Amino acid sequence: MALSRLSSSSASRCVDLLINPLAAAAAAIPRRLISSDTTPITVETSVPFSVHNCDGPSRSVETTPKELVSFFKDMATMRRMEIAADSLYKAKLIRGFCHLYDGQEAVAVGMEAAITKKDCIITAYRDHCTFLGRGGTLLECFSELMGRKAGCSKGKGGSMHFYKKDSGFYGGHGIVGAQIPLGCGLAFAQKYSKDENVTFALYGDGAANQGQLFEALNIACLWDLPAILVCENNHYGMGTAEWRAAKSPAYYKRGDYAPGLKVDGMDALAVKQACKFAKEHALKNGPIILEMDTYRYHGHSMSDPGSTYRTRDEISGVRQERDPIERIRKLVLSLDLATEKELKDMEKEIRKEVDDAIAKAKESPMPDPSELFTNVYAKGFGTEVYGADRKEVRSVLP
Amino acid sequence: MLSVFRRKVFHGSFIAAITVREALNSALDEEMSADPKVFLMGEEVGEYQGAYKISKGLLEKYGPERVLDTPITEAGFTGIGVGAAYYGLRPVVEFMTFNFSMQAIDHIINSAAKSNYMSAGQISVPIVFRGPNGAAAGVGAQHSQCYAAWYAACPGLKVLTPYSSEDARGLLKAAIRDPDPVIFLENELLYGESFPVSAEVLDSSFCLPIGKAKIEKEGKDVTITAFSKMVGLALKAAEILAKEGISAEIINLRSIRPLDRDTINASVRKTNRLVTVEEGFPQHGVGAEICTSVIEESFGYLDAPVERIAGADVPMPYAANLERSAVPQVEDIVRAAKRACYRAVPMAATA
Repeated sequence: MALSRLSSSSASRCVDLLINPLAAAAAAIPRRLISSDTTPITVETSVPFSVHNCDGPSRSVETTPKELVSFFKDMATMRRMEIAADSLYKAKLIRGFCHLYDGQEAVAVGMEAAITKKDCIITAYRDHCTFLGRGGTLLECFSELMGRKAGCSKGKGGSMHFYKKDSGFYGGHGIVGAQIPLGCGLAFAQKYSKDENVTFALYGDGAANQGQLFEALNIACLWDLPAILVCENNHYGMGTAEWRAAKSPAYYKRGDYAPGLKVDGMDALAVKQACKFAKEHALKNGPIILEMDTYRYHGHSMSDPGSTYRTRDEISGVRQERDPIERIRKLVLSLDLATEKELKDMEKEIRKEVDDAIAKAKESPMPDPSELFTNVYAKGFGTEVYGADRKEVRSVLP
Repeated sequence: MLSVFRRKVFHGSFIAAITVREALNSALDEEMSADPKVFLMGEEVGEYQGAYKISKGLLEKYGPERVLDTPITEAGFTGIGVGAAYYGLRPVVEFMTFNFSMQAIDHIINSAAKSNYMSAGQISVPIVFRGPNGAAAGVGAQHSQCYAAWYAACPGLKVLTPYSSEDARGLLKAAIRDPDPVIFLENELLYGESFPVSAEVLDSSFCLPIGKAKIEKEGKDVTITAFSKMVGLALKAAEILAKEGISAEIINLRSIRPLDRDTINASVRKTNRLVTVEEGFPQHGVGAEICTSVIEESFGYLDAPVERIAGADVPMPYAANLERSAVPQVEDIVRAAKRACYRAVPMAATA
């Protein structure tokens, strides 16, 4: 017998649930089994999908207690990591550029839930959480940010150049918009290799106006590539609001002949549903555009306070009404999948995990001076390479 | 397999003569046959058989999945090529001329050249960018630039400049087999030129090493370095100089990056004089790097100041007479070699 349960005090009250009798029984079992409970639950997305040239998926998303708890844990870990990176930057342990993703976690987490590590993801420079979602570790993140040997790019890349090829993460790109043709190239290669997998090429509302996007989309549609273009619309391209940069900020429609979907990017379940739909679409019918309506709490980067072009009320308003972690917390609590204390304990553990990773990363040494000259080529033929004073420092490329 | 070549027999050894076009076509064909990951993309490479017919017959043989006609969108298709290389395919991206590569230069440098380094070896980029480079005939300023110096300045790229058919075959095969991004600078005016080749060159396993120059002609009085079309002019200059008692050593660079500094310096240590020849703009050019390298490594061996012959320091004009004076001629190379040998006038019969 289906039970309809509504929580007594939450803003995400428009959640309609159908819980089957087994789950009711499961709810009576000690909570520590919840994180492995795969009883199906159906949840409605917060808002309907807006569609362009396609039918779009249903608002009812299938999930499980295990998945919801993992959403909470993963997003909380990402959030904690980014906040910690903020402190490290202010302590001058992270140098140069540092573009933080806090607020946008639902996109990374929802996407991972819909795909496999054989699907590819490529994004721009706001890549720390995307890397984590692909299976990267906190140690690799913090070490790379601080330019240490244990970093995912051995300290040679920095914040904007995280990669994890063995789980389909192709970076980490500093040039706005370049990752879109690159992503279409990954999709080309997947099709060429008959892999039956797709590529998600992520970009921001700022990059959405780049010419190379349209060039790549044209080719991807002509050649039927399994490419999914995902616009993470956080409404600001650095300091420029979307309405000042785009004549048409309906990014999901800008593909014209390519279908598009607009998604509440703060709702991890909606993101998952959209990505699942997009993957099926791309494999059968070619490219599709997803616009994730999301928000970043930090400024564009650590050099940008983020409050000169938007109001503090706006930022706190989003945090209050639409925070992706809070949404999942309320859902988990309303479904009685965990108690508040259990979730708080989880967060405490995450905090400790992050602190431990930072401590370990701080112990990792900086790269050997000889690493200046490694990886210039995959195959160097023993050619000579020079330092600043070529009579003083020269080496041979392996 | 080559479809058209003439056979001649010299001194009992089997030699054919093939054009640079045939050499490039056969190299592409053989490498595509040997490795299914190799594919070709660019404007008009498929149905049109190639803007300069370099890819003639390849669409028929390998099909539209491996020979891809692109729209006229260099930034987009170059990025797609680089992305395919990230995944592990081996793209050959053709630019109709390298002037158009400027539309895609961000992908060449920032997406391709630097990726292996930034990722500490995780993301290698086995891609070849090829096409005609430098001046053609009467095509004007926007279609005549030589990009050797610009690309060769970038760590992470390899830059090759074939001259003869042997160079074209061996270097293109090496480029396609190479795991790094290679800029392969051809020359439109050389496509139709025919060169004798040995049986070894015609074999499908033939390959030339990257980073090694070739001494086209040995000499003892002055070293002349050149690449691409200028090698032909340098060889003609050598003939003229020989009649005047100057023995020039002609080095065909073949590889601008890595530059074969060892061969160049060894030659200058032998001849004590250097003339560099290139078609491109003089400032910060290939010759500037060679001259400096020689001054740094072999200063004590120089008996004369180093000499540079390069294209004129102007955008390429259209009028035939102006165009002629914007590009190095044989007489320019001869004059510079004589200057290096302190022989400003032809040597009179000695008293």
